[in-house]
Amino acid sequence: MSGECILEVRKLSKAFGGVQAIRNVHFSLMEGEILGVIGPNGSGKTTLVNLISGFVRPDTGQVFFKGKEITGLPPHKIANLGLTRTFQVMRPYHTLSAFKNLIVPLNSPRVRQSRGGKLGDTDAVAIDILDEVGFERDARVPFKTAGSLPLGYLKRLELARCIALKPEVIICDEVFSGLSMSEITSMIPLLERLRMDGITMIMIEHRLRELFRLADKVIVMNFGEKIAEGIPHEVMENEMVKKAYWGTEKKTS
Amino acid sequence: MALKDRRKKRLDRSIKVRTGGLYALSSWSEMGYLIAPRLGLILILAALPLVLDMYWQRVLCSAGIFALLALGFDFLAEYAGLVCLGGALFIGVGGYISGLLNSTFGWPALVTIPLATFFGAAVCTVILLPCLRLRGIYFAIVSFMFPLFAVFIIIALGVFGSTEGITGLDSFPNIWVEVYLIIGVVVVALFAMRRLVSEDIGVILRGIKDNDQAVRASGINVTAYKTRAVFIAALIGCFGGAYLSHLYGWLGLSLFAMDFSILPIAATVMGGMGSLVGPVLGAFILTPMSEALRGFGQLRVVLYCLILIGFMLYKPEGLMNYLQRKYEQYEHWEEV
Repeated sequence: MSGECILEVRKLSKAFGGVQAIRNVHFSLMEGEILGVIGPNGSGKTTLVNLISGFVRPDTGQVFFKGKEITGLPPHKIANLGLTRTFQVMRPYHTLSAFKNLIVPLNSPRVRQSRGGKLGDTDAVAIDILDEVGFERDARVPFKTAGSLPLGYLKRLELARCIALKPEVIICDEVFSGLSMSEITSMIPLLERLRMDGITMIMIEHRLRELFRLADKVIVMNFGEKIAEGIPHEVMENEMVKKAYWGTEKKTS
Repeated sequence: MALKDRRKKRLDRSIKVRTGGLYALSSWSEMGYLIAPRLGLILILAALPLVLDMYWQRVLCSAGIFALLALGFDFLAEYAGLVCLGGALFIGVGGYISGLLNSTFGWPALVTIPLATFFGAAVCTVILLPCLRLRGIYFAIVSFMFPLFAVFIIIALGVFGSTEGITGLDSFPNIWVEVYLIIGVVVVALFAMRRLVSEDIGVILRGIKDNDQAVRASGINVTAYKTRAVFIAALIGCFGGAYLSHLYGWLGLSLFAMDFSILPIAATVMGGMGSLVGPVLGAFILTPMSEALRGFGQLRVVLYCLILIGFMLYKPEGLMNYLQRKYEQYEHWEEV
């Protein structure tokens, strides 16, 4: 990978009332890398995404994106800088047809700027992007309302909405969850192609096998803390990680 | 016992399918199918004043004002997700600005109405700006409060003619100008609004209604777009107010009357939420109806409510959505 640090998280902490959701999380991300974030339920993975993408303001700590501090910026400003995210619970615009869903990111200042202020035919651009993520162009799928699409398409739509922004970093919050094995296997090439296009990714995932095929580096979270970091398969050998996932061995006498 | 289950089957008329895209231009019957309802509406509205007497022409004028408010309400509620009960605020602010400009500087209505429309909308937007973060019923309550607020401020400070209002404003040269001005504006506002909601800004606003978090993640400033939506709705509302103050040559506290907030909702429910045309039709039906029922005295309100309840129970989709369905689809019962 090119070796330029694109995203750095320094000592991030966030408490919701008495619950310490994130405690002193620290990591950095190189350009073009895919970082996997794993951990048991409730370990603070999604909160981490919310903190980085600006939806939740951290108590302490800083986030740097391309060397600039973005801590506390509103989400839309962060998205316009080139850091965007998908949602774990998909949030399509139900009443709009699938391709109209992409009109929203296509109207963002970031895309406007990259097109020199002129948008042109946004509908055509939207259908091109949907084609890219696997919506068949000839079929009527892109024209159906998002509310009527099956789960697999909705996940792709979430990704398409990110891609439309032409981002540099995408944070994928469980893109594989709820998909069948065949849907997952068709999704992996899409993510690989995004990496080839030079997009850096953070993937929150429970599907370890698929994640390990993609990720360059993995961090493991437990109770809001980063307990391990490293190459995918090595990380799983870590004692702390085993304990988090399998629990401590009960002594039987 | 065999249960007789049946359901309604609906099929798009072939002509509706054919007129979906560029093919609408293929023949006169296709074009006629598309143009007829639109032209029909315009012609009926244009012809109405010709067959009515002076009294009913005046009623038509106030129906037009309610139509504008209903249009704004429907736009904000269905396309931007803001249930705004601030109709009285728009009317009051628009009416007071144009009335005051007219009475203090003596400017003619031709100048004060555009000024009041624009600056009134700006003022209303600024007033509502802090509440844009609120959603649903909370925004409704707060926006409902502002007109009451304005009334008490005017009484307490004794400004702008206080409780008595200001009389003797310029009125329009004759009844024809009055009636055709408002009808023209209603028609233009209606078609402009229909165009607007299918443009990108309309799509983004619907996105915000469906899910504002996702819109934020897409790099769009949600508050900026909501502000624009409120400004647009306030624009047509304030025109209504400015027009009203010149129509009666008078401004007073009743410009902030609750009717202006409530009746547009009734018109929208009756006409069909989200259809934009529906609320306009609803206003043109309900306002004359409440005039016609005047003979019943206080019972008028009861009858009025019965009609509304009837609509909510038996035709919740509203008049316009019903008519549109009949126009576009075949329906028949099918045994299951």
